[in-house]
Amino acid sequence: MTSLSLIDVRKSYGATPVLDGVTLEMGDCEFIAFLGPSGSGKSTLLRIIAGLEMADSGEVWLEGKRIDALAPGGRGVALVFQQYALYPHMTVRENMAFGLRNAKVPNTEIAARITQAAQTLEIDQLLDRKPGQLSGGQRQRVAIGRAIVKEPKLFLLDEPLSNLDAALRNRTRVELAQLRQRVRAAVIMVTHDQAEAMTLADRIVVMNDRKIQQVGAPMEIYDRPANRFVARFVGSPAMTILPAQGHAASGGYAQVQLKNGTLIQTRVSTADLPDDGEIEIGLRPEHVTVTAPGSGTIDGEAVIVERLGDRTLVYARLDDGSEIVAVDRGDSSVRMGVRVGLQIDGACAHLFDADGTCHHAERDQL
Amino acid sequence: MMERRVSGMVFVLPFIGLYCFLLILPFVMGLWISFHRADLFGSRHWVGLDNYVRLFADPVFYQAMGTTFTLAVLIVPALTLITLLLALALNRASRSAAIFRGLFFSSSVLSVTIVTLIWRFVLTPDSGLIAKLLTAMGIEPLPFLSDPNLTVPALAITTIWWGLGLPMMLFLAGLQQIPQDMYEAASLDGANRWTTFFRITLPSLRRTTILVIMLQTAAQLQIFGQAQLLTQGGPSGSSRPIVLYIYEVAFGRWELGYAIAAAEVLLLLILALMLAQYWLSTRGEEVQR
Ligand SMILES: Nc1ncnc2c1ncn2[C@@H]1O[C@H](COP(=O)(O)OP(=O)(O)OP(=O)(O)O)[C@@H](O)[C@H]1O
Ligand SMILES: [Mg+2]
Repeated sequence: MTSLSLIDVRKSYGATPVLDGVTLEMGDCEFIAFLGPSGSGKSTLLRIIAGLEMADSGEVWLEGKRIDALAPGGRGVALVFQQYALYPHMTVRENMAFGLRNAKVPNTEIAARITQAAQTLEIDQLLDRKPGQLSGGQRQRVAIGRAIVKEPKLFLLDEPLSNLDAALRNRTRVELAQLRQRVRAAVIMVTHDQAEAMTLADRIVVMNDRKIQQVGAPMEIYDRPANRFVARFVGSPAMTILPAQGHAASGGYAQVQLKNGTLIQTRVSTADLPDDGEIEIGLRPEHVTVTAPGSGTIDGEAVIVERLGDRTLVYARLDDGSEIVAVDRGDSSVRMGVRVGLQIDGACAHLFDADGTCHHAERDQL
Repeated sequence: MMERRVSGMVFVLPFIGLYCFLLILPFVMGLWISFHRADLFGSRHWVGLDNYVRLFADPVFYQAMGTTFTLAVLIVPALTLITLLLALALNRASRSAAIFRGLFFSSSVLSVTIVTLIWRFVLTPDSGLIAKLLTAMGIEPLPFLSDPNLTVPALAITTIWWGLGLPMMLFLAGLQQIPQDMYEAASLDGANRWTTFFRITLPSLRRTTILVIMLQTAAQLQIFGQAQLLTQGGPSGSSRPIVLYIYEVAFGRWELGYAIAAAEVLLLLILALMLAQYWLSTRGEEVQR
């Protein structure tokens, strides 16, 4: 069953378009992350779903019911605000009860739901405090609790972890993942932290430039990015993209030539590539390994060496000035300024045509 | 620790000095004079508590006190409510709201003389604006400035009109402080307009409301100019507030000691009221911070 579906949602503020025809289908109890750079319209889309903002056109459906003309309180969604937006003059208990009272839920039922949620979130000690007496992490839990007690069909979370420090963020991330198993509802979480999106979401919606760029499972987005933007935005460090020239095909797979003449054999089928002309080759860092100078596909000079413990990232500059990121073993002896060889695994390379569409290597059928 | 205290003192010292000079000193001097029979020319006879004894036996003093409290009761709640409603109505970014804000505030910058003149023009029986309106509707004009039952309400109305500006601005500032996402949260919580107002807006304006009520109470217990100019306290003292009474005793009957005794009583009353309101308003709040 579909949970939420958005049909061609458009929104502009004055003359500035913010969302340009967004269409999306969510499965039952699915966890979706909206991922995108600042200003890409993630919050706007969330607010349109919640009813805090009116779309200029388009439809919003939730579990078979069209909701875009309903008041925010009548849509069956709960929103956790980035700044929590707890009512400062109410106790935690009253904060959670407020929405239920308005919905005329019987008092015994309200009390039961609050007790249940407070236990789940471990805030039962805090029920009689006011938000001003809570720490940031505790407020966060109360905000989530306020959403849970409403038993919505859809949870909306706007950057729920961005106000927490690193340690608390990791813990809350795990808790969110656990919580998810317990509440039977669909979840949309806005984030611009890809690690968050990758670990929590069933599917990621990558947004940029007023549009959805790609919708897919985390590894699908990583392995088969739809276009240049997604390829660069997802993955850290970002995918290296080098200008190249299409060359003679071999066995139906494209062979490309870097600026300095190096040939790289890819496993991208030539069938859907443009016949000739400029293309770009995209290489994830893990597909470029450091070797002795002269023994790899191409040589370069190590500019930055980042030791991460289990592996070492080497940012190398090629002779034509372009930069490429490569990985080496954790105990790598590469130092800044030395020449290194780079072994490029062409079979994993992506190719981008002139309009930015990404073409992927064909996978072996197992 | 000691050093910090000293440097702290250095910073507040000028203010404390000024405060003592302008407030404490006159208060103590006044207290001293109130134990004398004194006139404006400096002659003084020690009479002990005699001024106070006379004061508390003086029916005119009680009448003036009664008038003063009636005025405060008529003005403070009404003014608070009206300015709150005005602020709610005008708390938007539109051009017309800005114009109305300016309009309602403009009365506050007028001097009491002009305010009184305006309201004389409105209230005067026979030729006043209201009188003409009533006559046009075939109703007998009301003698606002001569009927002892109407002078106090007339004074209250004048004062409310004059005093709209500041409390309205305070409420507007208070409303601006309420974060927008509070309202968004409330709308997601399915709160209707009434619930939102009573459960979100009003509690958020708690401090502002207390401030407005305290400021207004202190100010309205000292009504003077309007009464002096509009009705001269008449007819037969029915609209004479306590400050006008003090003024008449001091500068009409030249009984400075007696006047100051009345002033000291008023001061203590205002102080007591302020403390009571402060206590009442902070009592429920201990938990909040
Ligand atoms: N009320 C508004 N009036 C005018 N423009 C707005 C308004 N709200 C948002 N915008 C614009 O819409 C665009 C999208 O904003 P939105 O808040 O949805 O971005 P976002 O993806 O949530 O970004 P962030 O990650 O920084 O939160 C931005 O360019 C922003 O300037
Ligand atoms: Mg945002």
